[in-house]
Amino acid sequence: MQISARQSQGAVILDVSGDIDLANSPAMRKVLLGEIKEKRIPKVFLNLKGVRYIDSSGIASLVEGLKASRDMGSRMILYGLNTTVREVMELSRLQRIFEIYESEEQALSA
Amino acid sequence: MALSPRGREVYFRRLLEIDGRVTTLKTQKAHARRPESPRSELLLQLHLESNPEALCLVRATLQRVAEVVHFQEHESRAIVRSVDEALANIIRHAYRGRSGMPIEVSCWRLWDGKDDETVTGIEIVLSDSGAAADVEKLKGRSLDEIRPGGLGLHFIKQSMDVVEFSRKRGKNFLRLVKFLTVPRQDRSREGE
Repeated sequence: MQISARQSQGAVILDVSGDIDLANSPAMRKVLLGEIKEKRIPKVFLNLKGVRYIDSSGIASLVEGLKASRDMGSRMILYGLNTTVREVMELSRLQRIFEIYESEEQALSA
Repeated sequence: MALSPRGREVYFRRLLEIDGRVTTLKTQKAHARRPESPRSELLLQLHLESNPEALCLVRATLQRVAEVVHFQEHESRAIVRSVDEALANIIRHAYRGRSGMPIEVSCWRLWDGKDDETVTGIEIVLSDSGAAADVEKLKGRSLDEIRPGGLGLHFIKQSMDVVEFSRKRGKNFLRLVKFLTVPRQDRSREGE
């Protein structure tokens, strides 16, 4: 898994690629919570376009990020989910609690 | 390696040394077709260590195995997801994060017992020597609770037709079965 951050209009976009599994979900969690809780970024976007696989530990990290953003009064927004990631979201019935958009353009304008 | 129904039963009972202490977490879906006298053929056996870095290798291998058995794409993803989640649970819970501990994964292609040509599904058995699983926790949790954790077992149960857990002589065994939606004739076995 690779994760990099870029700024856009006061928000942060985290570009995530590769597989998010037991081996590397702690790293994603750390970056995500760092942006939300420590840097107090008001809007954090997760670009998941390059994510080929996500397991339950990766989903758990996203849920933690979402809870932290709600606690901080900020927003965490996901976009670019492929079929595999969408399937896992649907299986966990969590797609309804996340803000999810198809593209970066749609997400940034939300 | 092809086994007769009786041979397979003996092998499986020796493997698990089942004596009635199997916890069935899920039986097959209503639409799944289970052969009356399944025959099986060992496709693959993996001897792993409890290292999270190995999970990506197992996923890639299982993806190919599922394709060989002619599962559709979404079914292959379901099989890969189930085995990945099961291995993650073994590493996290049975071995409590310790690396270097043994895990075995065996994959069997299932054939219809009535003929030698029809593939009906796949059976995967995972075994480890870690701590015994809490059978109550194996029931999973309600998805109405929005919180991290506890999703892996739910994914497995949603994805596979049969999920059975057993423990014998200090080892845990998880048996996962998925049937093909449409059993497939395999002509490549003609003339064997």
